[in-house]
Amino acid sequence: MSIFKHHAKLETNVFFLAVGILLSVIVGGLVEVVPLFTIESTIEKVDGVRPYSPLEQKGRDIYVREGCYLCHSQMVRPFKDEVERYGHYSLAAESKYDHPFQWGSKRTGPDLARVGGKYTNDWHVRHLINPRDVVPESVMPGYPHLKRELDYSTIDADMKALRVVGVPYTDEQIANAKKDLVEQATSDDASAAVAGRYPKARMGSADANPKVTELDAMVAYLQVLGTMVDFTTVKPEKIAR
Amino acid sequence: MSTNTDATPYCEDVVKKFVLAATFWGVVGFLAGDFIAWQLAFPALNLDLEWTTFGRLRPVHTSAVIFAFGGNVLMATSLYTVQRTGRASLFGGEAFGSVIFWGFNTLIVAAALSYVLGFSQGQEYAEPEWLLDLWLTVVWVLYLIAFAGTIMKRREPHIYVANWFFFAMILTIAMLHLGNNLVVPSAIFGGSFMKSYNLFGGVQNAMTQWWYGHNAVGFFLTAGFLGIMYYFVPKRAERPVYSYRLSIVHFWALIFLYIWAGPHHLHYTALPDWAQTLGMTFSVMLWMPSWGGMINGLMTLSGAWDKLRTDPVMRFLVSSVAFYGMSTFEGPMMSIKAVNSLSHYTDWTIGHVHSGALGWVAFVSFGALYYLVPKLWGRKEVYSLKLVGLHFWIATIGIVLYITAMWISGIMQGLMWRAYDNLGFLQYSFIETVEAMHPYYVIRALGGVLFVLGSLVMVYNFYKTIKGDVAAEAAQPSTAAAR
Repeated sequence: MSIFKHHAKLETNVFFLAVGILLSVIVGGLVEVVPLFTIESTIEKVDGVRPYSPLEQKGRDIYVREGCYLCHSQMVRPFKDEVERYGHYSLAAESKYDHPFQWGSKRTGPDLARVGGKYTNDWHVRHLINPRDVVPESVMPGYPHLKRELDYSTIDADMKALRVVGVPYTDEQIANAKKDLVEQATSDDASAAVAGRYPKARMGSADANPKVTELDAMVAYLQVLGTMVDFTTVKPEKIAR
Repeated sequence: MSTNTDATPYCEDVVKKFVLAATFWGVVGFLAGDFIAWQLAFPALNLDLEWTTFGRLRPVHTSAVIFAFGGNVLMATSLYTVQRTGRASLFGGEAFGSVIFWGFNTLIVAAALSYVLGFSQGQEYAEPEWLLDLWLTVVWVLYLIAFAGTIMKRREPHIYVANWFFFAMILTIAMLHLGNNLVVPSAIFGGSFMKSYNLFGGVQNAMTQWWYGHNAVGFFLTAGFLGIMYYFVPKRAERPVYSYRLSIVHFWALIFLYIWAGPHHLHYTALPDWAQTLGMTFSVMLWMPSWGGMINGLMTLSGAWDKLRTDPVMRFLVSSVAFYGMSTFEGPMMSIKAVNSLSHYTDWTIGHVHSGALGWVAFVSFGALYYLVPKLWGRKEVYSLKLVGLHFWIATIGIVLYITAMWISGIMQGLMWRAYDNLGFLQYSFIETVEAMHPYYVIRALGGVLFVLGSLVMVYNFYKTIKGDVAAEAAQPSTAAAR
């Protein structure tokens, strides 16, 4: 067949072969990735999703650092059992400020997309330090090292980097980053400035330590997961799949 | 060497280095994997230290086996093959090869240390932070130059089929690596040098990650290792490749289709349905070129099937192709949305990956290494073919234990998650499904022990071969005489 004769051109010239390979492997990615940026319905229009507060973002960085995504998903699928077990199925909008996304690929432990508000701060602290204190059958590692003080010296730099990749932090939010972080981790005052800048942020220290600890950050992050969108006010046709 | 009319001899010292590094990293990676497998069965093994938790060690395992073991095997075999099939010595010579070797292997050490110390981009198989990504980019470009440069020096008019696969692997991995690691470092604004945020977030990040992640499988662990199959199976069998036309068709179909399959990692997620359906469709189509490769590999043995009985190295190579066929059937099946709704997030996926990674990637690597070590060190054959046979059976039993345990635990967990009782309530709490996994996690970890033991038998065999020893059995009438 002639087509096989023409193939000789590709297999006798390294440049033609390279071009042929690159053309073949570039198509699929372009077709699947580019429209996700251009089709407007990709990310649902729902109210409530906001950038993470400085304390929550530090908690998220710890979540990434410890590799939590290797055992916990953050993506509730639209199945009856998952919705009953975890809550409303996840929207793309809910992770639009997640850099990187943490949807996960394995549930050695349960999904965490809507873990916010399900347990008390105290439960989370005990569970993180030694999971078997509260769930005897758990196979999760203990994280006693999270008791240490949180290093938040670079939080404003981190927020500036996040702003470059598309998280809409305001100048005011960045300027107040450290103050907001400390306030969220130490004050129970629901009318504090940080609570105004980041609605639904969980206020107050999570552990018994008056200093800002990694536990405080981690728990603040876990407690906000899945709570930003108020599904009682969302019209079903806006989020239908 | 006899067929090389190039004035300079083949560069084989660098191939030797890659072979030894591959052997070393193989053992390290298998051990790391088995350790974290035991952690899942007995969580006390996390030791409650920040450096030894499952979350930090799992990337050590995946990077060690995929990039360290797999990468060194690919570099050893590709740089060996491209010289031999083109009758040309390595472009840049031994010194250039050495730079690539040390650049790549020091990077691996740095990456593993960074995970343990808590630096991660938080994307599977793309954990290294941006500084390490840049380092890899430089090394990879050097590798590309060495490989393509050697092709250009070749004295054969045609580029041999194995090299198409190696070349596609090198080029595509470069594209994927750059595309998935577009990050903004915090350091630009005075933050840490080891912290960055991906340019893409949420759904778009999910898509680029699995475009990368699936094709790390498709190109690193498949195309590259098919290159190994196309050189080492015909060589060991002393038979030509079954079909030249089939290799053309399945090569282009494979590399074109693979790229589309990523979204099957995101079924029923917030990724738009059109993308999921595309991913599923192409994943199912991928079955055909995959089996095209399998058929081409297996049929190369036409007229030499007896070698399967007499040559344990051939047994590794052929079994790897059979495992390849099995896991490239299982993969498309699991990419069907209805099946995936059960299998996703469970151990079934882990079992599937390991039938490919242990059965296909590691076995074809072992076959190639057993072929290469005596050749490179100028011995007639490995120290002991009997020990090769022992390695084969220990490792095979290990794999069978591993994947059957994961089939059972995965399907069971998927079914338990969706089970309802008579009153219409969810029948099991999540933790009950975790408890039910325990016996299978123990069986899986035992399978892993066997796989590690097998690799240690290989290390011993290589040690004795390189030393120059010949086991008593090799003096017995050889396969040729028996025939």
